[in-house]
Amino acid sequence: MTVIKASNLTKTYNPDKIPVRALRGVDLAIEKGEFTAIVGPSGSGKTTLLNIIGGLDRPTAGEVEVGGKDISQLSDNQLIDFRKDNIGFVFQSYNLIPVLTAKENVEFVMVLQNRPKAERDKRAESLLTAVGIAEKMDKRPSELSGGQQQRVAVARALASKPAFILADEPTANLDSESTAGLLDMMATMNKEENITFVFSTHDQRVIDRARRVVTLVDGKIVSDERR
Amino acid sequence: MILQLAWRNIWRNKRRTLITISAIAFAVFLASFMRSFQKGIWDSVIDGAVNQFYGYAQVHADGYWDDQTIDNSMELDAQLNALPQSVDLVADVVPRIESFALASSGDLTSGVFVLGIDPVKENAMTQIADKIIAGSYLTPTDEAVVVASGVAKKLGLALNDTIILISQGYHGVNAAGKYPIKGIFEFGIPDLNKRLLLLPIKAAETFYGAEGRATTLILKINDRNDVPMAIAATTQQLPNEKYEVLEWQELMPELVEARLLDEAGGYIIIGILYLLITFAIFGTILMMTKERSYEFGVLTAIGMRRRKLFGVIWLETIIVAMLGAIVGILMSIPIVYYLHINPIPAAAMGADAAEAFEKFGISGDLPTAFDKSTFFIQALIIFLITSLLAIYPWTTIMNLKPIEAMRG
Ligand SMILES: Nc1ncnc2c1ncn2[C@@H]1O[C@H](COP(=O)(O)OP(=O)(O)O)[C@@H](O)[C@H]1O
Ligand SMILES: [Mg+2]
Repeated sequence: MTVIKASNLTKTYNPDKIPVRALRGVDLAIEKGEFTAIVGPSGSGKTTLLNIIGGLDRPTAGEVEVGGKDISQLSDNQLIDFRKDNIGFVFQSYNLIPVLTAKENVEFVMVLQNRPKAERDKRAESLLTAVGIAEKMDKRPSELSGGQQQRVAVARALASKPAFILADEPTANLDSESTAGLLDMMATMNKEENITFVFSTHDQRVIDRARRVVTLVDGKIVSDERR
Repeated sequence: MILQLAWRNIWRNKRRTLITISAIAFAVFLASFMRSFQKGIWDSVIDGAVNQFYGYAQVHADGYWDDQTIDNSMELDAQLNALPQSVDLVADVVPRIESFALASSGDLTSGVFVLGIDPVKENAMTQIADKIIAGSYLTPTDEAVVVASGVAKKLGLALNDTIILISQGYHGVNAAGKYPIKGIFEFGIPDLNKRLLLLPIKAAETFYGAEGRATTLILKINDRNDVPMAIAATTQQLPNEKYEVLEWQELMPELVEARLLDEAGGYIIIGILYLLITFAIFGTILMMTKERSYEFGVLTAIGMRRRKLFGVIWLETIIVAMLGAIVGILMSIPIVYYLHINPIPAAAMGADAAEAFEKFGISGDLPTAFDKSTFFIQALIIFLITSLLAIYPWTTIMNLKPIEAMRG
């Protein structure tokens, strides 16, 4: 099943002044259960691509379908609701709300979805257990290491039961041990729960763990290999 | 969880929050205190004038107030005398003949303000008998006068001296009479103390040739808040082509104007105070909005609607503002209440101020007004200021682009 289908995506920043063509005709389809790395040198368009397929930015031309639905026609509020219910985000860092505990951060998206308290509690606890930091549940982000924070971010991204998870360089600010730990956890989730991950990176050790590697150079896909 | 989120966000920067709360509390405290004090003084002034002389409302023959002559007097008929029975809120009616006369004693002559009074009813309203400093007060059948100390001084009068009054009576008859001085009183309103002369209304009727008439009928109303209702009911009872019913604001427009003018000055000071507070609150809101734009970006990215996000921020600022207002009110209540129960003596305000107060007839104490609405209004002002300033986070959040906010 295709969860994301991007066709002929073009993104030009500053079209009026000095135009920057960040994406030049990208076609990409992501299947359910894939574990995909978007790789490429800095400035190649990875973030731009993830933002557009995540509904955070609009393409200059081209189309994005998520779960068969064209998201380019959605209004601002519809797009926000769409992100809430369909996409889990993990950003480079500072993902979490500083005044909420790890568990409350995970619960938060479910609060936005108006899920009942009992369900939120249960799901937040089981997700935090799954990402391996059950014992840090009641700590605030400032009391957690970078790696632990990213684990909470993954748990939060999963809380809304999204169609897939987008992670833009989730390990960029982590040491190698935490990087390996986070990747292990994500790979396990992918294998055992069939969760679809799309993440960008330029770290070779992370690339090595991916099962599909899409390489971008100057806003174009130059290779796409499954292994 | 939204409320929890707002509450914890407030205490993210404890110092800033405490400073903001203190600044608001201080402004609310000062404003409540100033307003209560000013309101208290003016209430005393007006109550003084009402209780000593004017009453809360008066009935006259129609047109009398614009042309105050004895010819515009009215017959004190049964309908007027029955007002306390026919109108619930009118406790009693106090009749007067108010007019002028030339008074002389020996070779000294002076204009006096003649008040023909019902000695019993008049005293029940104004306690004028307590102000007698020499001699004694009038009885209804006396053919004698009591004069204010200023008049006695001007005309060189002592007790039992004779005063000669000359005037024009009802329908142009000559009015002249000779009266012994039965007493001398000290009147609280200095201007009147120089001119006032009282005699029993029966004697005044005879003097002015105005049998059974009065220029003025004061409505005795026990509670100031009942005045508009009492006037409405009285107006209903009386044929309005024959009478006019005036309330205290119309009877002493200079006082009402002086109050407005003085209070306007107070409002300007309070306005400046709140303007400063507006800047202080705005500074806090500005910093709070700016330093959290990354977080706002994350929150909209993961699916929080802008209105909801704004709701949290609004709640945070309103909670801080209301905490400030509540602290300010709680600080001012004991002081305002204390000064309401234990008023500052007018003399303690300095000789100049005491003299100014005396002009309006208050020489005693100056209680603050202890009025719930004064405190409530300050809280309301803070609420409105904060809500207005929330326009800033509102526009920020409505125009927020998550990816730009998160790029920092
Ligand atoms: N908001 C923007 N305005 C102008 N240029 C941008 C903007 N965002 C990204 N770019 C440019 O687009 C290109 C692709 O950027 P990006 O998608 O961030 O690449 P990557 O994530 O692979 O480093 C770069 O040349 C970058 O400078
Ligand atoms: Mg990038």
